[in-house]
Amino acid sequence: MSDLRELYQELIIDHSKRPRNFKVLETADRKLEGYNPLCGDKVTVFLELEHDRVKNVSFQGSGCAISTASASVMTESVKGKTLAEVEALFEVFHQMVTGKPPAAGNAPELGKLAVFSGVSEFPARVKCATLAWHTLHAALQGTGETVSTE
Amino acid sequence: MKSATEMLAADGRQVRHRAFDVWNIREDFPILKRQVHGKPLVYLDNAATSQKPQMVIDTVYRYYAEENANIHRGAYYLSEKATQAYEDARVKVQHFLHAPSAREIIFTRSVTEAINLVVHCYGRKTLNAGDEVIISAMEHHSNIVPWQILCEEKGAILRVVPIDDAGEFLLDEYEKLLNSRTKLVAITHVSNALGTITPVRQIIDMAHHRHIPVLIDGAQAVPHFKVDVQELDCEFYGFSGHKLYGPTGIGILYGKAELLEGMPPYQGGGDMIRSVTFEKTIYAPIPSKFEAGTPHIEGGIGLGAAIDYLEGIGMEAINAYEQELLAYAMNAVGAIPGVRIFGTAREKAGVISFSLEGVHPHDIATILDQEGIAIRTGHHCAQPVMERFGVPAMARASLAFYNTKAEIDALVAGIHKVKEVFG
Repeated sequence: MSDLRELYQELIIDHSKRPRNFKVLETADRKLEGYNPLCGDKVTVFLELEHDRVKNVSFQGSGCAISTASASVMTESVKGKTLAEVEALFEVFHQMVTGKPPAAGNAPELGKLAVFSGVSEFPARVKCATLAWHTLHAALQGTGETVSTE
Repeated sequence: MKSATEMLAADGRQVRHRAFDVWNIREDFPILKRQVHGKPLVYLDNAATSQKPQMVIDTVYRYYAEENANIHRGAYYLSEKATQAYEDARVKVQHFLHAPSAREIIFTRSVTEAINLVVHCYGRKTLNAGDEVIISAMEHHSNIVPWQILCEEKGAILRVVPIDDAGEFLLDEYEKLLNSRTKLVAITHVSNALGTITPVRQIIDMAHHRHIPVLIDGAQAVPHFKVDVQELDCEFYGFSGHKLYGPTGIGILYGKAELLEGMPPYQGGGDMIRSVTFEKTIYAPIPSKFEAGTPHIEGGIGLGAAIDYLEGIGMEAINAYEQELLAYAMNAVGAIPGVRIFGTAREKAGVISFSLEGVHPHDIATILDQEGIAIRTGHHCAQPVMERFGVPAMARASLAFYNTKAEIDALVAGIHKVKEVFG
């Protein structure tokens, strides 16, 4: 049960039940779909950019608690950040959920995202935690295709 | 005193069944003794693959330790032994399905390959533009995609028999789809996602009334009850060894000899020829014509051992026990508040697909896994079924005859724990 509580922390349960920024963003200038064929999770990320900064971000979709909460916390975490800051954050987040040691140097603070550290004990759930991030990453790169975790 | 397996007659037909005692049977499956996350393993993903009895494991080991040689070619002792064991396994499959002849039993990699073989060697020759193939709304992807590929290639049309809310195959809708352009009917015997046992006898009779051949996907059927292909009178019947307590990588296609004989080879290579010159190659007779290359020898022999093992218990006893366990599980899981069961057909085999209000199936599976309970989540390679019921995924517990009521109780307790975590 301790591992489970580590994974399903209250903040995650909360964000999975009441996801933030869970809406269509009318002002979005980029929109991208992500799909995890393994479990059928789907996420659409809406992105409004101002120069090289994320002015606004939202998501929609259906998925498990981990993927929904991850997308929700992600939207809160990247809003207002520059593209380079978002990419750096994704890298640190990815290292954390895959259980890799954090890179040396001045890595960005994870803040609320640290709540997903328990995912590294559940390799089958890493894709759930990273689906929205991969989708956001691809949206920032400007590739206009559906992103798949496979 | 002789063991149950030693009491088996060599040809697998005259069998003295051992008395059915699930605790006794569990002793035959070494993996069931292990723990997962510190809890006893509760394996409820039998529709994905089944666990292997010691007899199968020993047979595969013994083949490599004592009999390994290539088959159908060596003029020496070991090759003869290996060939004999492989061909004996074919005869065991023949008797298991009650097929008229061992020539009608083709070894494949899986039921997927069995279906693809029929697509490739029969469908491609038979189908023309505008022709139709009928499948059902509860097929596994392996009985959808090969037909889609063929229909696209030929300009043919894939027709789908709908199901009702219980997951029943709708015979009257099927009747409406049958017509003079229908060239083949390919239907699952048991739905992997819903557990529905389809009315194959009627399906086949109705097709035969119009002289249409029928393929039955028996992957989820043969592990649960006795199948008699002569009684069914289907043209083709396929199943996978690994769902029948045998090794992975081995499957079976049964086909009526008169059809198989008229079909071109599947793949070219060694073992499927009578003579080869650069001008002309003469193919071997069936079933060798469809078995190019060195086959999965230990897989075939292991499958034979699995059949021996099952017949030592008796498919009737297995079915009776599983039906009792299924009824118990359907009641117990269905009684949990917030649980919705998918698939409530009158005739079902050991599958309980469900959802839990407010919790995604993937989260259910992770929490159950921490309790040592293995279930499947996702679309079960049957996305059209998910669409039919309007859900992205389902959780599925699927039963084998080594499962117990105590394990169902553990599943129920696990689902309550899921509710606890999600408050």
